[in-house]
Amino acid sequence: MARVIVDVMLKPEILDAQGQAIARALPRLGFSGVSAVRQGKRFVVDLEGPADETALSDVRKMAETLLANTVIEDYTVTVES
Amino acid sequence: MSAARVGVVTFPGTLDDQDAARAVRHAGGEAVPLWHADPDLKGVDAVFLPGGFSYGDYLRCGAISRFAPLMEELIPAARAGLPVLGTCNGFQILCEAHLLPGALMRNAGLHYICRDQGVRVENTATPWTSDFTEGQEIVLPVKHGEGRYVADEATLSALEGNGHVVFRYVGGNPNGSLNDIAGIRNEAGNIVGLMPHPEHAVEDLTGAPSTDGRGFFSSILKKLVNL
Repeated sequence: MARVIVDVMLKPEILDAQGQAIARALPRLGFSGVSAVRQGKRFVVDLEGPADETALSDVRKMAETLLANTVIEDYTVTVES
Repeated sequence: MSAARVGVVTFPGTLDDQDAARAVRHAGGEAVPLWHADPDLKGVDAVFLPGGFSYGDYLRCGAISRFAPLMEELIPAARAGLPVLGTCNGFQILCEAHLLPGALMRNAGLHYICRDQGVRVENTATPWTSDFTEGQEIVLPVKHGEGRYVADEATLSALEGNGHVVFRYVGGNPNGSLNDIAGIRNEAGNIVGLMPHPEHAVEDLTGAPSTDGRGFFSSILKKLVNL
């Protein structure tokens, strides 16, 4: 069984209001030196079989159709070793 | 002559379907309940996608609803010209289904906004807005946490250039939408989506800020009767 990670992040040009709110909260908690925070989503996809090219192509299709909205988000697919 | 039939879709988590159906009946149409799990449009003449929190807004608002069995029927029908109006969550679903360009994101101020909102009608060349006059300012309730309209620069300038921005917020932008956009249409004009709620503004009895929402329903019913 292989595990594939899909990370979804807002495109750089899209305002991330939640990330900004987190960044603004950090100094209040005593964390200094943070210039920006962006928030994303991580999907942990467990496969029944190996993470071969066919399976990865399916995961990319999943990301494209459902996990990410490519109008506003980018995604990356990595195999967890 | 039988009344025009307007389908009103219910997903798990939809809230405004009863008000939408009531608004259709109030305008003299027949409201036909459509269930998300039935891939059957029941021969309706138009479809209203109401607001709410379909599928609990899981993943992204409208992301799961877009793949509901009913939507598999509705998407090709809408592409072929069936009039479709999506309000609030319905607008989000239309964007997720790529029937309308762009996307709706968390309000810039992060707060859920519930208030009476001034809206200017920018485009009356749609079956849902023909009873308004261009530039007319109306008041409708807004109630959403994720209504900030975004699109890339090319999409935005195409929307503006082609007059496909149908509604714009006036008297303050509640959510940080680009260009104060409250609602848009597709190229053909049959598909319209907006964040404000016309179905909550058809009767004085309910404490609505106006009855301006009636114009949406009178527009579509006139259009269907005159087909």
